[in-house]
Amino acid sequence: MTTYYTNEHEWISVDGDVGTVGITKFAAEKLGDVVFVELPDVGKSVKKEADMAVVESVKAASDVYAPVTGEVTAANAAIVDEPAKVNEDPEGGGWFVKIKLADKGQLTGLMDKAAYDAFCASQ
Amino acid sequence: MADVSTTSLKTTPLHGLHTRLAARMAEFGGYDMPIQYADGIMAEHNWTRTHAGLFDVSHMGPSFLSLPQLGGGDEAHRKIASIVERLVPSDIASLAPGKVQLTVLLNENGGIIDDLMIGRPPRDDQQGMLYIVVNAGTKENDFALIARAAGADAELHRADDRALIAIQGPEAEAVIAGILPDAVPLTFMTFREIKTTAFGNVIATRCGYTGEDGFEILVPAAHGEAFASRLLEDPRVKPIGLGARDSLRLEGGMCLYGHDIDISKTPVAASLAWMISKARRERGDFPGASRILRELKEGVPSRRVGIRPLGRAPAREGTEIQNTDGETIGVVTSGGFGPTVNGPVAQGYVDTTYAKAGTPLKLIVRGKALEAEVATLPFVPAKYKR
Repeated sequence: MTTYYTNEHEWISVDGDVGTVGITKFAAEKLGDVVFVELPDVGKSVKKEADMAVVESVKAASDVYAPVTGEVTAANAAIVDEPAKVNEDPEGGGWFVKIKLADKGQLTGLMDKAAYDAFCASQ
Repeated sequence: MADVSTTSLKTTPLHGLHTRLAARMAEFGGYDMPIQYADGIMAEHNWTRTHAGLFDVSHMGPSFLSLPQLGGGDEAHRKIASIVERLVPSDIASLAPGKVQLTVLLNENGGIIDDLMIGRPPRDDQQGMLYIVVNAGTKENDFALIARAAGADAELHRADDRALIAIQGPEAEAVIAGILPDAVPLTFMTFREIKTTAFGNVIATRCGYTGEDGFEILVPAAHGEAFASRLLEDPRVKPIGLGARDSLRLEGGMCLYGHDIDISKTPVAASLAWMISKARRERGDFPGASRILRELKEGVPSRRVGIRPLGRAPAREGTEIQNTDGETIGVVTSGGFGPTVNGPVAQGYVDTTYAKAGTPLKLIVRGKALEAEVATLPFVPAKYKR
């Protein structure tokens, strides 16, 4: 399983042709306390770099973009019921959706952990 | 997020303290201000509701408007009051010594230029002076306006180089008792000057912007950090950023200038008609009086109300409000998540027909119509010490 990162601070952890997607620890800390999450329905098609979910903190709403094109195969109801889980474990239990990738080739444009850490350090 | 260069921003006397406390800073009202500290907005909000929160509000505009000669009792007060009464619709002349009044500066059309506090000093030898505190983002214009109204009759002394520190929450009084005991006898919306050896001459006002009991204390700049640090030594006190200040005031039903009120709104539309005193209504001698008196009699097309979204999704500023038939009837002017309410809360303007508490509304959030209803303000009951 390999994890990739976007410059919009999403992560995608790919196992076969399904990727689990969430927002990074860096993003969760920047957002602050998450109070509301809106996820796409299972079966919905999402497009790389198009908005896919919404995450809201006390102060502001932010879009979450799909890191790849594909179909949503699962949505994490736990973070809808308890949005604070996104802050507690953003890169684990606070995952957003699982996406069946339409084109694994899209992954090559994303960052690996080292590149993403360097990207955050420059922010 | 847009990068805002901090080099051109003004700083408060507590700026160094914020840096040491590792606050997350951002521009507000032209100042580099703490938005939150390490604990985050939610924890800071809840701490203020249960203990005591310290807020740096030095960006605001405290000032003194004074006759050339102070003293002279009620007559001197009436004279200085008559100057500001040209700008506001409240009965400043009848303020009791030591009282503070929340009011608004109005333009000739009755539009709100700013909201502000005006206080009458308690001491005889200071009659003929008013303590005036305006908002940060509007203060240059406000001060110019007040100075122009004063002309040669009075002088406006800005005090916005000093530290203005708010301490808010159910434990604020107990905290202040150990540091500034002479502030404890103050009741809500009263103020006094207190001479201290450690912090110089300070002005303590029992007021705030959270709905909690508390004080705002004006301290000489040189002593600001020492005073704030002294408060923070108390384990009941934590520093609170502007993020929680906003969620606290929103739950408290208070207006944020530039959002819930602005030049396009009259006090009647803003549901602030209580500021317009009986005496001033009878005399009709304030800016925009003809329009405002007509609105008081005949009503206004739309009014500021509290709005409670019934789901979990917050409705932010700018959200369209519809009636149950899908017709546009208003707009949200500030909205977010209320940690004490444990749900979304908002304020906005709706057609007056829909202004009654309990009226069902639809909020258009990301293209979806969310259920909401008009709510009585405040969302969290005020706990002032009367």
